[in-house]
Amino acid sequence: MSGLAIELCGIPLEHPVLNGSGTFDAIAARRAFGDSLDQHFPFSAFVSKTITPQPRAGNPPPRLYETPAGMINSIGLPNKGLAGFVEHDLPELARLPVPLIVSVMGTSADEFAELVDGVGGRDEVAALELNISCPNVKSGLIVGEQPAETLSLLETLRPMTAKPLIVKLTPNVADPSAVAVAAHEGGADAVSLINTLKAAAIRPGGAEPWLGAGSGGLSGPAIRPVALDQVRRVAAAISIPVIGMGGVETGADAADFLAAGAAAVAVGTANFRDPMAAGRVRKELEGELSARGLGFPAGLPARSGALTST
Amino acid sequence: MTARVVAPPERRRCEVVGNVATGGYRIFSAVDPTGPEPAAGQFYMLTAADRWSGDGGRPFLPRAFSVAAAEPRGEGRRLDFLVEAVGPGTERLASLAEGEGLWLTGPLGRPFAPPGEVAPGAAGAILVGGGIGVAPLAILRRRLARDGVPQRVLLGFRDREHSGGVEELFSCEEVRLASEDGHAGHHGYVTDLLAVMLAGDDAGSAVVYACGPPAMLEAVRTICAEHGVAAELAMESPMACGFGACFGCAVPLAEGGYMRLCVDGPVVRADEIETALVAGAGHR
Repeated sequence: MSGLAIELCGIPLEHPVLNGSGTFDAIAARRAFGDSLDQHFPFSAFVSKTITPQPRAGNPPPRLYETPAGMINSIGLPNKGLAGFVEHDLPELARLPVPLIVSVMGTSADEFAELVDGVGGRDEVAALELNISCPNVKSGLIVGEQPAETLSLLETLRPMTAKPLIVKLTPNVADPSAVAVAAHEGGADAVSLINTLKAAAIRPGGAEPWLGAGSGGLSGPAIRPVALDQVRRVAAAISIPVIGMGGVETGADAADFLAAGAAAVAVGTANFRDPMAAGRVRKELEGELSARGLGFPAGLPARSGALTST
Repeated sequence: MTARVVAPPERRRCEVVGNVATGGYRIFSAVDPTGPEPAAGQFYMLTAADRWSGDGGRPFLPRAFSVAAAEPRGEGRRLDFLVEAVGPGTERLASLAEGEGLWLTGPLGRPFAPPGEVAPGAAGAILVGGGIGVAPLAILRRRLARDGVPQRVLLGFRDREHSGGVEELFSCEEVRLASEDGHAGHHGYVTDLLAVMLAGDDAGSAVVYACGPPAMLEAVRTICAEHGVAAELAMESPMACGFGACFGCAVPLAEGGYMRLCVDGPVVRADEIETALVAGAGHR
């Protein structure tokens, strides 16, 4: 156990580097890299790709567009649906050497409740992440853009499970800390941010949208300064742990997020460039913290979210 | 020929040991110090170790390249890649000099299957390559020859500027050429040669292996379907990761839904996809 061990929402983790939902498919990676992946698994907890109640095929291609220091994706949450996930993916993910966090998304409180009911009681699942960057079909509003919608959703889901609930915040709002406060009030155990920034591209040499779905979300180092600011503001507004992400590529980037108030960090787009990027981030982070004179006491509850000066 | 070869999860830094012009393309080579021998049709994700981000902030993501040849060299393995400089990533890779570093992850993806696995009773192979897509057919040709599989090779190019690799990668074989401008071989499409060959009565026991631009692959699909000949296509789709993480390389399936080309391809059976004309292929 390294000096980077933490406890996040009561879950002991060997280090504070997770993956962003939808940026690493541990099952597909096993096909490409075999069982050696599990021996060198780079994340301290694995966050699944978002699941929805019904299966989804995803958006028509093109789904990707490379930008300066980043990329736009418009994937459309392809997944096997709740039943398919529980039958096919959950047994595979349960074999991972780290705790499993399942990301879920519904288009109504009822759909979210169905998902929380379906995976919240499973022993294989350590925590749930609520992807609230979606419209509520009843109100037409994006849940994660509205503190009141977020609070109401949490009030429905909180009594349903004892598992930690992590709320994934969208950056596409004027004030993410207002939504974070609502999530905290509703009983969330942690928040994670940022999700991708809304983005679009025009076909090179043409005049129409490039992405099959019209627009998508920007990720990568291009968004890191935005993410740092939002993490800073959210961490100052709530007392539950913040999982910070957005363009983390190095240990120095991760240390920046911890210095901004995050209790843990997630690596996302960097996984695409190097499947073991998160392992390197973790190694670099230890040296980076000590070089900056920042302590990271083993066993310190992540809830405090605090880096102590040594 | 071998089944899918599993890659080490760590990205490896390789040394570039060659970069030569061939027609309008280039072949650059790097020595993979520790990786396994790839299967024909597999690919690598490539990133120049230095100056991977140019003045415009791109390239950012690695680029997927089918391996054209893989031969033992010292303790490691020399990997050859065929490149046409069409955008910031391919321009940087085409400019790699001997001694420079190249990061690679791989070999990745589903390789070509032996003829008997593609179609029961099939014994021979017809290789159809177009443009830069001749690359995976070069390693396939060598592996088939090693296994004693009879084969014929048809390669097509647009014009002199958009051609290359024939002598270097296919040197000792009888290759039939086509060119759209008529500078070499048949004046027209390589798929014209395929249609004539399949109309002959000696082609019934062969499997077609093809790689090239989407329109060529769609023509191969149509011609093979008309003649009841099984085909495998090595396809391209923009991909960020190459190992199933990003879900970007979606190719529509005949049965509905999509496959991820990086883990379910890049070699696919011609009848398992809805179309080879995938939006976004060839993005620079």
